[in-house]
Amino acid sequence: MCLALPALVVERRDGDEALVELGGVRKSVSLALVPAAAVGDYVVVHVGFAIGLLDPEEAARTLALFAEAAEAAR
Amino acid sequence: MKYVDEFRDGDTARHLAERIAAEADPARRYAFMEFCGGHTHAIARYGVASLLPANVRMIHGPGCPVCVLPIGRVDQAIALALQHGAIVCTYGDTMRVPASGGLSLLKAKARGGDIRMVYSAADALKVARQNPAREVVFFAIGFETTTPPTALVLRQAAAEDLANFSVLCCHVLTPAAITHVLNSPEVAQWGTVPLDGFVGPAHVSIVIGSAPYEPFAAAYRKPVVIAGFEPLDMMQAILMLVRQVNDGRAEVENEFVRAVGREGNAAAIAAMAEVFEHRESFEWRGLGTVPDSALRLRPAYARFDAEQRFSLTYQPVPDHKRCECGAILRGVKTPSDCSLFGTVCTPDNPMGSCMVSSEGACAAHYAYGRFKDIPVVAA
Repeated sequence: MCLALPALVVERRDGDEALVELGGVRKSVSLALVPAAAVGDYVVVHVGFAIGLLDPEEAARTLALFAEAAEAAR
Repeated sequence: MKYVDEFRDGDTARHLAERIAAEADPARRYAFMEFCGGHTHAIARYGVASLLPANVRMIHGPGCPVCVLPIGRVDQAIALALQHGAIVCTYGDTMRVPASGGLSLLKAKARGGDIRMVYSAADALKVARQNPAREVVFFAIGFETTTPPTALVLRQAAAEDLANFSVLCCHVLTPAAITHVLNSPEVAQWGTVPLDGFVGPAHVSIVIGSAPYEPFAAAYRKPVVIAGFEPLDMMQAILMLVRQVNDGRAEVENEFVRAVGREGNAAAIAAMAEVFEHRESFEWRGLGTVPDSALRLRPAYARFDAEQRFSLTYQPVPDHKRCECGAILRGVKTPSDCSLFGTVCTPDNPMGSCMVSSEGACAAHYAYGRFKDIPVVAA
């Protein structure tokens, strides 16, 4: 039920509709809940609606945190 | 896939596991509840539990919306199709939830009910537009993730003045359920189910933010770490929980900062607030009646409320008497404690709700973990 995945916004269409791409699959979803989303952004898509934006800087920071743990383990 | 694969790296997972093992105090036990079905699924699928030291235990919580949907609500949806002749649209997982009389929505469809699986609430609206002579009901279930789409669809139906569309609203609220778990007798009477902290939902928190968990963490002195659904997110969250317990802290921390903020998604919260209001009480499968834990349509949207439109009354129905879903959802029992598990109750023929969705504790254990229960005997 809670399956939601990060997808790349590739095209904005009429109204709130947008074309997103996820692992090569393209699909039309609604951006009504994330009106600020632009082409090139990653959105979290759930039941045909983008419910949030992904922050690339914060994602990089989380990955850096994992790298730190890996370093500490060595 | 970007933002997916890099959070599934096996080597990093092993390093995180070493950190957890190094920091977990061997003299004590840690029990953390992952509230969300998405986490239950990730733990089972990626073998997260097997990477944890023996004194760190994960307990499945009631955060799978399919699992907590009571029989009586599915019965209402079936009645709409079979007795009222309505087209009932709903999400795929909901179709297989066992209902009364050996039925499910899927079996009611085989009996001639016009029941359709939709991917999105917006698709239900399309069905209503395409069938103006028929009543179309969207059987809406889910936590705060699926609620904003339902709200938007209701707003759209009102704008178009659609005369044949309504919603059977079974949307439920996360913070109320976590609080209820902590208030349940098994947990309140300390000792039977000690819970040292919670892994907070990922996608629900995108919508509601991390702030709603703050009063809860303070009142119950329980740490909450919001985590993404990938295995590394889980491992990092468990490490953060171990650290909080070791430090004696009970704070809300956010591991899923790439998608979750403190305030949540303002547009989604506004849409929900416009269309829905709190129900005084709502029955959850396995948890019983939980006060202020669900939503219903506001009076301004009463004409789209299927319960009012079809004068439905709610009739609670007990679960199968040997089904342990209720105890499993409260963390009191595990799937292998249930005598139906893997025998009469399987994903192909679920008896209880925890076996329906792949995010249910029983279905996840059946798919990925059941052979671990069998001791290996050398030939």
